Amino acid sequence: MNKNLNVLINGVIRENPLLVLLLGMCPALATTSSALNGMSMGLATMFVLICSNTVISLIKNMIPDMVRIPAFIVIIAAFVTIIEMLMNAYVPALADSLGIFLPLIVVNCTVLGRAEAFASRNSVVSSIFDGFGMGLGFTIALTILGALRELMGTGKIFSLNVFPEEFGSLLFVLAPGAFIVLGYLIAVFNKLQSKA
Amino acid sequence: MELIGIIIVAIFVNNVVFSQFLGICPFLGVSKKVDTAIGMGFAVMFVLTMATIVTFIVQKGILEQFGLEYLQTITFILVIASLVQMVEIILKKTSPSLYQALGVFLPLITTNCVILGVAILVIQKDYNLLESVIYAVATAIGYAMALIIFSSIREQLALTKVPKTMQGVPIALITAGVIAMAFMGFSGIDQVFK
Repeated sequence: MNKNLNVLINGVIRENPLLVLLLGMCPALATTSSALNGMSMGLATMFVLICSNTVISLIKNMIPDMVRIPAFIVIIAAFVTIIEMLMNAYVPALADSLGIFLPLIVVNCTVLGRAEAFASRNSVVSSIFDGFGMGLGFTIALTILGALRELMGTGKIFSLNVFPEEFGSLLFVLAPGAFIVLGYLIAVFNKLQSKA
Repeated sequence: MELIGIIIVAIFVNNVVFSQFLGICPFLGVSKKVDTAIGMGFAVMFVLTMATIVTFIVQKGILEQFGLEYLQTITFILVIASLVQMVEIILKKTSPSLYQALGVFLPLITTNCVILGVAILVIQKDYNLLESVIYAVATAIGYAMALIIFSSIREQLALTKVPKTMQGVPIALITAGVIAMAFMGFSGIDQVFK
């Protein structure tokens, strides 16, 4: 149990996929115009990560080594299609705002990276924990990034007013703000890590 | 006129990197030197154009004929992965010099979201084959341009003194943000072509 907890913490802090491993930049920049969008993108990625990690660690001995990457991609793509159809059916507005980045979870390096580096070598239970930890780390990073951008751009967090109406610079909601806020966020995380 | 509009919008107004956020990982990875940036730019252009043509034909000829649109994501990623693999084998046999120039970048391209992104976008925008190809080429030019601009700035950046915590990716991202701001100046040009 202790080992699994370790794996979980590893994903959230020490090897946070976005802030330390620098994977999954595209969805992190594109879908964090608000805290809600960032969080839902993170949760969708977490779902795919947990499912693909589980399935891959279950069948890791059946996949020939030569074709393992294509096999992983097909498994991941299947789960991405499932979450895409579910979101289109139940939360169409959210699926619309995530747009093209929902199918693009397939090429998110975090998912394939964990399949290759962790799930194909470890037991099912610890792979589930790894998927959960990595997904949680990604979700937290995306939510923080989305919340910061939303706060500085419109003065709101999760659409709740924090600052008066006229506060906010639209720049942070637009493309340049994404790059700049993520740059500072990674720098702050570096600083905190070097102290700890 | 409409086609010129597609080109201008894809290169400047909706630049893949600075306004659509596609292909950021290789953008940060290979932009340390101008040479590698140029190589990557051409490799993307080559694969993107071919992948867009093939996925367009697969979508119209197979998926839509049999009502299998929901398999789009799986089919496209498989088509792209095998296409990249095939391009690599063919280049190795037929044109060793081109393979030398582009070879290292080819395996990276499968997971470059520009390729899958553009393949899905042209279907969503309901372009015909000609418009799709032009859109793909223009997007690739925009990507190459972004890479070259950014890598020449990063070559300078490597010589400047940057605070320790900002070194590497953080300062690169902030630089990209400033360039993105400059690219925002192009917005509105597309109105001319409507």
